[in-house]
Amino acid sequence: MAEQDTTRASQRVYTLNLGPQHPSTHGVLRVLLDLDGEYIVKADPVIGYGHRGHEKMGENRQYRQFLPNTSRMDYLSGMLFNHGFVLAVEKLAGIQVPERAKYIRVIASELNRISSHLLWFGTYLLDLGGFTPFLYAFDDREQILDILDSVSGSRLTYSYCRFGGVSRDIDSKFIDMTRAFLKRMEKRWADYDGLVTKNIIFIRRTRDVGVIDAELARRYGVTGPNLRACGVAFDVRRSEPYEVYDRFEFEVPTGSRGDALDRYSVRFMEMRQSCRIIAQALDHLPQGDFMAGKVPQKLAPPRGEVYSAFESARGLSAYYLVSDGGPGPYRCHIRVPSFGNLNVLNDVLPGTLVADAISILGSIDVVIPEIDR
Amino acid sequence: MSYLLSSEWSRLILGLLVAVGFSQLNALFLVWLERKIAGHIQLRPGPMEVGPHGLLQTIADAVKLMGKELILPLKADRKLFFVAPVLVFTPVLVGFLVLPFAKNMIIHDLNVGVLLIFAFSTFTVPAILSGGWASNNKYALLGAVRSVGQNVAYEIPLLLAAMSIVLMANSLSFSEIVHAQRRLWFIFVQPVAGIIYLISATAETNRAPFDIPEAESELVAGFHTEYSGMGFGLFFLAEYTNMFIVCAVATSLFFGGWTGPFGISLGIPGIVWFLFKTYVLIFHLMWVRWTFPRVRFDQLMNFAWKVLIPISLANFVVTAVVVKFV
Amino acid sequence: MNIFREIFYGGLSLIVGMTVTARRLFRPLVTVQYPRRRIPLSEAYRGHIELKFFEDAGAHKCIVCFNCEKTCPSGVIRLEGVKLREKGPKTLTGYLIDFSLCSLCGLCVEICPTQTLQYSGQYELVGETRSDCLIDLLARLNKRVEQKEKTAKN
Repeated sequence: MAEQDTTRASQRVYTLNLGPQHPSTHGVLRVLLDLDGEYIVKADPVIGYGHRGHEKMGENRQYRQFLPNTSRMDYLSGMLFNHGFVLAVEKLAGIQVPERAKYIRVIASELNRISSHLLWFGTYLLDLGGFTPFLYAFDDREQILDILDSVSGSRLTYSYCRFGGVSRDIDSKFIDMTRAFLKRMEKRWADYDGLVTKNIIFIRRTRDVGVIDAELARRYGVTGPNLRACGVAFDVRRSEPYEVYDRFEFEVPTGSRGDALDRYSVRFMEMRQSCRIIAQALDHLPQGDFMAGKVPQKLAPPRGEVYSAFESARGLSAYYLVSDGGPGPYRCHIRVPSFGNLNVLNDVLPGTLVADAISILGSIDVVIPEIDR
Repeated sequence: MSYLLSSEWSRLILGLLVAVGFSQLNALFLVWLERKIAGHIQLRPGPMEVGPHGLLQTIADAVKLMGKELILPLKADRKLFFVAPVLVFTPVLVGFLVLPFAKNMIIHDLNVGVLLIFAFSTFTVPAILSGGWASNNKYALLGAVRSVGQNVAYEIPLLLAAMSIVLMANSLSFSEIVHAQRRLWFIFVQPVAGIIYLISATAETNRAPFDIPEAESELVAGFHTEYSGMGFGLFFLAEYTNMFIVCAVATSLFFGGWTGPFGISLGIPGIVWFLFKTYVLIFHLMWVRWTFPRVRFDQLMNFAWKVLIPISLANFVVTAVVVKFV
Repeated sequence: MNIFREIFYGGLSLIVGMTVTARRLFRPLVTVQYPRRRIPLSEAYRGHIELKFFEDAGAHKCIVCFNCEKTCPSGVIRLEGVKLREKGPKTLTGYLIDFSLCSLCGLCVEICPTQTLQYSGQYELVGETRSDCLIDLLARLNKRVEQKEKTAKN
């Protein structure tokens, strides 16, 4: 009897191949879903479609030559990854960075974080079927891209930081544009609240959907806004401050339920905190050099290893570099947050509907090329 | 022969031809309008390049669609696959037969017009189901299944809301219902039924936020995932014509059809009033679509069975009691 | 009663959302019809590299040191030079870049000892074959100089 039931159950279950060509898998992700009706029985994310071998590339070239690669892993927070790599190499080679450069980097990084969150916001609403917030978010994001474009010359793959500073000093135009952006965003939050955050359909779609508790997050190594949504106030910028983050006043927003709505509101609050950090950095921007004077063209750091963590838009990211004294790293390893964040799907998806699977996948904000590297 | 040429038959055939022409033109215009409204809501111009303000864009798109190959998926049910788009378009045309565009502009003033239009609108369900089933695609099947569930659920409040009006007007004929509203539109007497009708009509036509049968972020394109060329085109046309019909029905049932507000017609011909009100309602549907995220399937069903149906039923009973005793 | 409250406040939230979009309906557009209108490029925009023309020298200042070729992470640059004089630097005879490989990092521009490389700022780069991505910088420079002389004459 029991045997019969299981065969019947196995006949009921069918496999849906969600992706890699699907409108809302954010890159080339494939999720193998075993479905019973529209309910998910088993979920298995398959990764690796976008493997380009960035880590290996880092190992067979000079430190400097890896700079353009850094913004091509997590292409939505290119500046943050660029910044993180530069920090790691500076730590390895013992390069002193001028104060002004540190502030510029923080401003650029936080702008990038806002742009990444805005893009996430837009695409998440797109996943939920709202097309208009997507374009509103892109309108705002475009302002950030213009600002970063004016100093780095690029809109997505910035490659702006250099060992010992940044490639170009910011001018009064940049500062004016940034201040104008901060002012603009103050008004936009209310619009987003009215259009999305308080919308009953949106709340119904996200509340108690895809609950990740702190224990599950710990097991999978979930970090970033996804972890903070479970109520764990872990932020690298606060727990082990790098650069000049210890000089700014900002909060680490947390949620309580760990559902999609919490992840949403944590990211929203983070954008506001980033605005706060940018405003403070602009107020206290020191004068001086934007580039350290004595950085050799060919960097050959002493033997040793360095692990340098930073908070990317998606969570705890880190570069681990081993130097054998040569012009390039002997080993280059990159810790990306999306890997842990994505694999939590294995535990979260079963029991939910296909529509929720899309909502959950969107709410954990993964960038697949970052995982595949 | 003389029978065929008798006024009633020639009227029907001529009317049907006009209906076909009008529905095509109207759908092309609505697609353009939708893209334009979406564009301006999203701070972009929408179609701009083909014709003045992109007015000819949809015609260019239609010509392109006609030139595309009809792709039959592997192991698809050939007959059903090609019949489905035709099937989905037929009931839409029947709707035009009984719509009262103006006082004397009804192709055929049936005494059961309301019944006919709702009966035939149900016909899209088997069409969509066969299209989704025949495609041999899991997304299409899921979309079709959702569509059936949704349409069955929303048919009930839709009919109950319409029946309240039928009770008020004491007739199933559109012209008499409109005639009953010449002083006061039924939306002021039956606001609850009106709102329920509009919500259910949005769901009936599979429009956002109830567009779950074709939810593009979940099911790629739902039941018409595998359709290409004019197969897809017909589904598309039917969607927009359907939208016109539900709005036209709403105009006749709740917004006084061809009459002006409170009996003031301002000398404007009835058909202008009728089309104006219909397009205002269509604009409203588009506005809703470009504002809200999509609801989830189970929430949608819950909303229909636990909220809309009880309320519309209560409204129906109260209406019946009031009509009977007052 | 709870359900009626939720319907009421839910409906209210929907109306609030619709006013947000309705307000936008009458706002000026933020997009630009691209080929008809263009927005100014940022000063920092990179584009592919090209040789700079120095008025004082009447030419570029490339000394064929191969620094750019060596520093390029993707092997974009191919240099050729010959020794014309006994002393002094080589003379550039060919400077070819394969733009299809370039990731626009700008390391070559930064490392150039004579600062003879600059960004072209060109962004409309459409080609039909891979060979369209091969850019001969020397030929480009000569063309530019010719054009300059022409306009100077006129």
